[in-house]
Amino acid sequence: MVEETISLQYKIDGGDFKKAGYASSQIKKRLQKLNIHPKVIKKIVIALYEAEINVVAYAYDAVIRIEIGNETVKVKIKDNGPGIQDINQAMEKGYSTASSKIREMGFGAGMGLSNMKKNSDKFDIKSKINEGTEINIINYRINIKNENN
Amino acid sequence: MKIIDLVNKLGLEILSGENGLNRTVSGGYTSDLLSDVIANAQENNIWITLQTHKNVMAIASLKDLAAIILINGNKPEEDTREQSNIENIPILGTKGNAFETSAKIYELLNNE
Repeated sequence: MVEETISLQYKIDGGDFKKAGYASSQIKKRLQKLNIHPKVIKKIVIALYEAEINVVAYAYDAVIRIEIGNETVKVKIKDNGPGIQDINQAMEKGYSTASSKIREMGFGAGMGLSNMKKNSDKFDIKSKINEGTEINIINYRINIKNENN
Repeated sequence: MKIIDLVNKLGLEILSGENGLNRTVSGGYTSDLLSDVIANAQENNIWITLQTHKNVMAIASLKDLAAIILINGNKPEEDTREQSNIENIPILGTKGNAFETSAKIYELLNNE
């Protein structure tokens, strides 16, 4: 089988909580058409939604890039933002720098990054202060059937 | 059990997403912390919460939840309601609190 990669790209802006979830919802629909196992889709979109919330809550804007290959689905979220001071601390469950506004909405409990990692087969995060954060997620596909798109 | 059965048995108010009333419920999740729901709710759960903003619908849709119950007489914001109609995921209302509502649903689902 020839390796065919489908690439999708979305740009999201920081600050607008109403729009959080749009990219994940679009990508969910797209993945469903490609006959990817529902459990794999769920992992991908949950990790992506967490990323969207982080961008909206903390960054100025971000680009999400999805590459759907025959064996993997790769997701890259690269933001322009303040960056993360201490990644190890940020990955700890319960650690958060969220504002009270974010917490009132039911976010900012310090669960996002660890939940992203839990929903990724491979998870990588790097960050530069005053530049931004880049997250790379890889999930393996299972149940690959005939794929026409 | 279907959502419509829960509505009838508990006298819940249908606030939006009427086309989804035939969805099947298997279990529930009670939490106002959206991060917790994203991490821990299961497919086809009914979600009991007091959060009314639009992100509630994004989570319900991504997690394939069966419906949302707003407790203590809370009402969904207008764009939350619209999204519920688009996604066909009902939002239901009760004057009861989270404890009572969860207990009643737990009992109904367990005696099925």
